[in-house]
Amino acid sequence: MSWLRVRAMIRKEILQISRDPRSLAFLIFLPAFMLVLYGFVLNFDVKHLSLGVLDQDRSPESRALIERFAVTEYFDLVAAMDSPDEVNRLIDREKIKVGLVIPAAFSEKIADGRNSPVQVIIDGTDASSASTAMGYVAAILADHSLKINAAALARRGLRLTSLPVVSRTRVWFNPELRSARFLLPGLMAFILMTVLVTSTSFAVVREKERGTMEQILVSPLKPAEMITAKVIPYVFISLVSAHLILLAGYVLFGVGIRGSYPLLLLFVTVFLLDGLGQGVLISTVTRTQQVAFIMAVLSTLLPTFILSGFVFPIREMPRLIQAITYLVPARYFLTGLRGVILKGSGFPILWPQLAFLAVFGFVVTAVSILRMKKEGAGESGKRGPR
Amino acid sequence: MEKYSIEVKNLSKKFGSFTAIDGVSFGVKAGTIFGFLGANGAGKSTIIRMLCGLLEATSGTATVGGFDIRREPESVKRIIGYMSQKFSLYEDLTVLENIRFFGGVYGLDSKTIEERSGWILEMAGLNGQGKKLARSLALGWKQRLALGCALIHRPEIVFLDEPTGGVDPLSRRRFWELINSLSESGVTVFVTTHYLNEAEYCNDIRLIHAGRIVAGGSPGELKTGYILNPILEVSVDDPVQAMEVLKGEPWLLGVSLFGTRLHVGAADETESPAAISRALTGRGLSVNSIRKIRPSIEDVFIKKIEDESRPDKDTGRGR
Repeated sequence: MSWLRVRAMIRKEILQISRDPRSLAFLIFLPAFMLVLYGFVLNFDVKHLSLGVLDQDRSPESRALIERFAVTEYFDLVAAMDSPDEVNRLIDREKIKVGLVIPAAFSEKIADGRNSPVQVIIDGTDASSASTAMGYVAAILADHSLKINAAALARRGLRLTSLPVVSRTRVWFNPELRSARFLLPGLMAFILMTVLVTSTSFAVVREKERGTMEQILVSPLKPAEMITAKVIPYVFISLVSAHLILLAGYVLFGVGIRGSYPLLLLFVTVFLLDGLGQGVLISTVTRTQQVAFIMAVLSTLLPTFILSGFVFPIREMPRLIQAITYLVPARYFLTGLRGVILKGSGFPILWPQLAFLAVFGFVVTAVSILRMKKEGAGESGKRGPR
Repeated sequence: MEKYSIEVKNLSKKFGSFTAIDGVSFGVKAGTIFGFLGANGAGKSTIIRMLCGLLEATSGTATVGGFDIRREPESVKRIIGYMSQKFSLYEDLTVLENIRFFGGVYGLDSKTIEERSGWILEMAGLNGQGKKLARSLALGWKQRLALGCALIHRPEIVFLDEPTGGVDPLSRRRFWELINSLSESGVTVFVTTHYLNEAEYCNDIRLIHAGRIVAGGSPGELKTGYILNPILEVSVDDPVQAMEVLKGEPWLLGVSLFGTRLHVGAADETESPAAISRALTGRGLSVNSIRKIRPSIEDVFIKKIEDESRPDKDTGRGR
């Protein structure tokens, strides 16, 4: 490695980047912008479900039950209906997600101490919201029944003091179970990977397209020197964009860093090197910027979204797919990031993730250097213009 | 014994089943201008690219500056300069930034680069325009700047692959003057071109056709050594029609169109003019003049390629 040569190449890269401010802005601000966008759109919290009520009983008891639903933030009472047909109609038109039907004999049966059924209709087209809604409904009804029983016992002069078994659940690391907390590290991995690989995949292929690659290949600049020089400026740029993501996550979604910042920085840097290495690798195996772009998107977008554990838990995937996830660097980054940001885990716990990331980076970089070497003495001119 | 800068023995290159270069051998004397002449696709660039280490040879050997191109490619890179038709400059960098970059890539320190950039600006006629973007330069200036960048490390040997392609005649002439002065300063220049008239600038020429060397020598040797029969220049009013007529005459050795005139290969110079005249006037074409001329490189080129394309070709490779 000759520092003089690498320095000349880095200077040239920086000059070229600075001559193209639009791409630079794209690289720095797009990740944070995407985070804002995805952060608000990708929301798995089920709240404010629209609720329609058909109250055929019209008693104080039925109104008390409706009230129980309406006061929670999980349901918004949007419609009071007059007939069962209307329930169907409103669900069909997606005006309501949940329909509650209280039959005429509701209060009478309660007064008699009998079971008093109510009908709950849930729109199951969105299965995950539907199952969450079912949970909410069951919990509210159970709680309400308890209250009714307690009141009935009180009337007989008895007091319901306590239930035999009470759960005292505490959710760690994300007490409010907000999906933003859970999603932020994944989003960060996803966005950084996509943007980085895409932009660096242009780095080498652009020189091939413009013919300058040939001029470099006849010079004493070595492939390793060239790749080092190509990656270094982008490392700094993407560190800036990674911090903008962290800042946006903190300001907009209140996700702070629980663990150590240096460890986080280490994770981010190694992950960036992986992404940049992958980009350069794509660059060395393609000939045109279009092909490079398509390869970059395909090799980052889907694997990072689906196979990293970002949205879908890896342990619930089929074995074969689970095996493939070991090849996705975002998987390790995600585990590391969730560890540092949400749990505050330290190096002793997270080092294997870091090691995997480093190995991935080493392999992609080595392969791209080998590819470049082959190109230098090899078949670059095969289909090139004469 | 003369010193050779480049020695090539039996070099071949195959792309799959296609033989691009078919066992060529030649030597380039130090400090000369060596020209490769041939049509597009004849294999000129392929040879240069192999010598510069951009392409791997399929078989054969070659040394550049005494270094084997297969075993010591890194040493070769240090002593050669390379410039292609594409003038591989960074269009989004300024003139000076381009010079500094290439200087840096060759490991020169900034003081040396500063010195030489003055010389390159001077040479390229770009004094005072160092801060202009390369993109904004006219082609002739781009070409000279590219040459300057290829020379920044003071190479012993310079490879110029179709360096004058697409450049206006005036810039082309200026460029050849530069090449001449390079050669005078002791640099070996290996240049390819498909402009036949540019061959006159070279000390030594090889004609290349379909991956093989078909003729070689100095411009003078080529003209006298290959065409032994006289060449007659025939000036007529309708050269196209006249060419058709003369091609039908079996005793002529070749007819080709040069601008508005015809070059005719004749068996002898005493009888033939009258015979040509008769043949043309007999078909109602008026002859303005017929005179013997010195054959040009183009005459040689056309003759050699016609010889090569003949099915019963008896000409050997090279000389």
